[in-house]
Amino acid sequence: MTEAILSIRNVTVEIPTRHGIFKPVKNVSYDIKPGEIRGVVGESGAGKSMTGNAVIGLLDDPAYISEGEIWLKGRRIDNLPAEEKRRIRGKEISMIFQDPLTSLNPLFTVGEQLVETIQLHLNLGASEAKARAIALLDAVAIPNPEERFNQYPHQFSGGMRQRVVIALALCSEPSVIVADEPTTALDVSIQAQVLDLIKSLARERSIGVILVTHDMGVIADTTEQVTVMYAGEVVEMGTTDQVLGAPQHPYTQSLIAAVPRPHKKRHRFPQVSYGGRETVFKIDDLARNWPQSEPSKSGKMLEVKGLTKRFVEKSSIIPSRTTYFTAVDNVSFDIRDGEVFGIVGESGSGKSTVARMIATLHKTDGGQILFDGEDVTAMDAQQLAGYRKQIQMIFQDPFSSLNPRMKVGDIVAEPLIHHKILPKGQTDARVRELLDKVGLARGADQKYPHEFSGGQRQRISIARAIATQPRFLICDEPTSALDVSIQAQILNILKDLQEYLGLTMLFISHDLPVVRQMCDRVAVMKSGQLIEVNDAETLFEAPEHPYTAELLTLMPHLAQLDEA
Amino acid sequence: MSDLSEIETPSRLRRMLDSDLFYAFRRSPVAMVSTLVALLLILSAVFAPLVATTNPFDPASLNLMNGFTPPMEPNAFTGESFLLGTDDQGRDVYSTILYGMRISLFVGVTAVLFAMVLGIVLGLLAGYVGGWTDTIIMRAADVQLTFPSILVAMLIFGIAKGITPIEYRDQMAIWVLILAIGLSDWVQFARVVRGATMVEKGKDYVAAAHLIGRPSLSIMLRHILPNVLSPVLVIATISLALAIIAEATLSFLGVGAPPTQPSLGTLIRIGQQFLFSGEWWILFFPACTLLVLALSVNLLGDWLRDALNPRLK
Repeated sequence: MTEAILSIRNVTVEIPTRHGIFKPVKNVSYDIKPGEIRGVVGESGAGKSMTGNAVIGLLDDPAYISEGEIWLKGRRIDNLPAEEKRRIRGKEISMIFQDPLTSLNPLFTVGEQLVETIQLHLNLGASEAKARAIALLDAVAIPNPEERFNQYPHQFSGGMRQRVVIALALCSEPSVIVADEPTTALDVSIQAQVLDLIKSLARERSIGVILVTHDMGVIADTTEQVTVMYAGEVVEMGTTDQVLGAPQHPYTQSLIAAVPRPHKKRHRFPQVSYGGRETVFKIDDLARNWPQSEPSKSGKMLEVKGLTKRFVEKSSIIPSRTTYFTAVDNVSFDIRDGEVFGIVGESGSGKSTVARMIATLHKTDGGQILFDGEDVTAMDAQQLAGYRKQIQMIFQDPFSSLNPRMKVGDIVAEPLIHHKILPKGQTDARVRELLDKVGLARGADQKYPHEFSGGQRQRISIARAIATQPRFLICDEPTSALDVSIQAQILNILKDLQEYLGLTMLFISHDLPVVRQMCDRVAVMKSGQLIEVNDAETLFEAPEHPYTAELLTLMPHLAQLDEA
Repeated sequence: MSDLSEIETPSRLRRMLDSDLFYAFRRSPVAMVSTLVALLLILSAVFAPLVATTNPFDPASLNLMNGFTPPMEPNAFTGESFLLGTDDQGRDVYSTILYGMRISLFVGVTAVLFAMVLGIVLGLLAGYVGGWTDTIIMRAADVQLTFPSILVAMLIFGIAKGITPIEYRDQMAIWVLILAIGLSDWVQFARVVRGATMVEKGKDYVAAAHLIGRPSLSIMLRHILPNVLSPVLVIATISLALAIIAEATLSFLGVGAPPTQPSLGTLIRIGQQFLFSGEWWILFFPACTLLVLALSVNLLGDWLRDALNPRLK
């Protein structure tokens, strides 16, 4: 057994606030050995990033380490003066942040930034530093490193940029790298490449890596050791196989159970019951008063024919000089009564644009959207009002989809009042009933959105969406901003809506396991085009298009869990 | 049903006292002192008839013999003594300052309100509608910004004076002043509101309102407007200080408040005639009042800007 290069011993971080002292990290200990990747996993607010920041001495001002010690190569570093800490931060411990866009300076070429960092830490001449920078770019598998050396960050794609950030982190030949959600902002295909790179670099150069993430798939694929954190404390620690395969702590068990499985469809998502956060969704009560959904004439609720959307890329007074970017290119599909239709694709594939066109939030540039046989793009104002009453949408970001200056009760009441669904005086009671049904505590209608958590806000969105008793619900990445346990709750609610109320759904997501669990039929989009539509089971088991097959192989798989 | 909601919802006052803004306020000595000073000045201006010793514009209360009495010294002829002295007409400087501050504050507040309403409406339109509407409004704003605002105000003042009949001129002067300052000040409101509107417009809650089918006017007023108001509040406070100074400048130049309704600026203009003949107090005290008033309002605005912007902390 090799000696640990970094060890964190009983570290507690305190933040004094006006409401008393808050401890985001409580008594946390773990070690990192050379060449080892330690995953630190937990939900948002679990204190995993805060621990990483404490290690590199980058705690934001009021926060400080109140107890515990951090040792690097046999030297205690947490109590060093600021200047010493700064030296260690660059030289011995490097950092890879989540967003590759903000961690590079857009005004300097990639080469300049690398050379500057190399010269700062290693005593090298200009030409030696350059040679080293190019070698580093080569090491992080950037093609044509000599040429790329002179380019600016904006000339790199997201994945390539994250490789540059990794190269920057390697400049000083550090012994430890703290990677804070290094792939969260990247598409699945690129995520796999970047993780492979981190894995091989750690092994080759015997660097200890702390990989902070919320994604169990990343943990399973990349790490050897894992530390599970909950509410600032370490609840479980061990080898990845051990922890994922046979979790001991109830929190870890429930967390792993909630991860959507890519290989088997289940009826419902297992919910995390740890910490008593479960709230009840009262679908039976809702179903009792829900009108029988009338079937559409053709059995197809929505037909999309040749849908096209172009965005102006560069505008010009002369029409012929204006250049366009085709976001959605001649897309056709149909959604049958009562089914959940999924669209998957990587970012920029046009899936959200399709959803927004169906929701009449974008104008179309060609093609038809037929809702129950009527062309939405040709409707007059009155017909549109009727259409809007029957469709609703749930948005990705629960923090921007609710007006922060309106009381929750007013937010949910707005569609009811606008469509004059209820006689005056009954609206308030209905709003309270709806909020109760989606599992919010009494009195929620008098509060403002910021008083609720992400999952609760998404429940409010659902209450608003079902207030008018629509027939068709568009869900645009409804859970990608949520923790996995909350995701399971929200997805179960959506499943119930479809099953008990007969709602038809369009479900947009980049998360393949979630899509497999949710959808009856799935369409795959790539750069604006629809490349495959099929039954979910067929698509996941026997994809026809090579791109679909590739996406499926890149899906992070929790091998340890498959038998579960 | 109201009994249910009453249990769990704190009152508005409770909410305000609990808010982070109020917390930040209590932690900032600058904010507390400037609020105190500004409030004191504003209240004494509002209640001038109660606080002032005389009404300086009531000819019956004037005694020319009291002219040029230095502060805190008995007058050579009448033996009366005045806290801050008297001017050439024998008016009590302390009282004229209180009444002058009334005019200054009234003009400042009304002009800022006018500029604010105009700026918010145009900024919301420009930001929300976009396209040609945006281009026209913002180019007009740009053009106006190329002229110094005091020049624009003088221009408007001049034109308005030219078209009002001579017998109404003195009555109208205050309103023309408000119009002139307000029109020269709307641009910054419009710019800030436009920017904030464009940000808010892209958020999903606006999309949700669209999806419900709310008309544009309702989306602008009910959804976007409340969310762009906090930067407006900051600008309004800082503009108030600037408007008070602009009013004083115009009045000092003789194109503002008439001598029958003197503002602080008019008092300073009158006072500067006597500065070099030794009667310094006629200029000094109104100028100090203007300084303290503008400074306290400005500091308050600065603090508000920092407190509402978490990035600066």
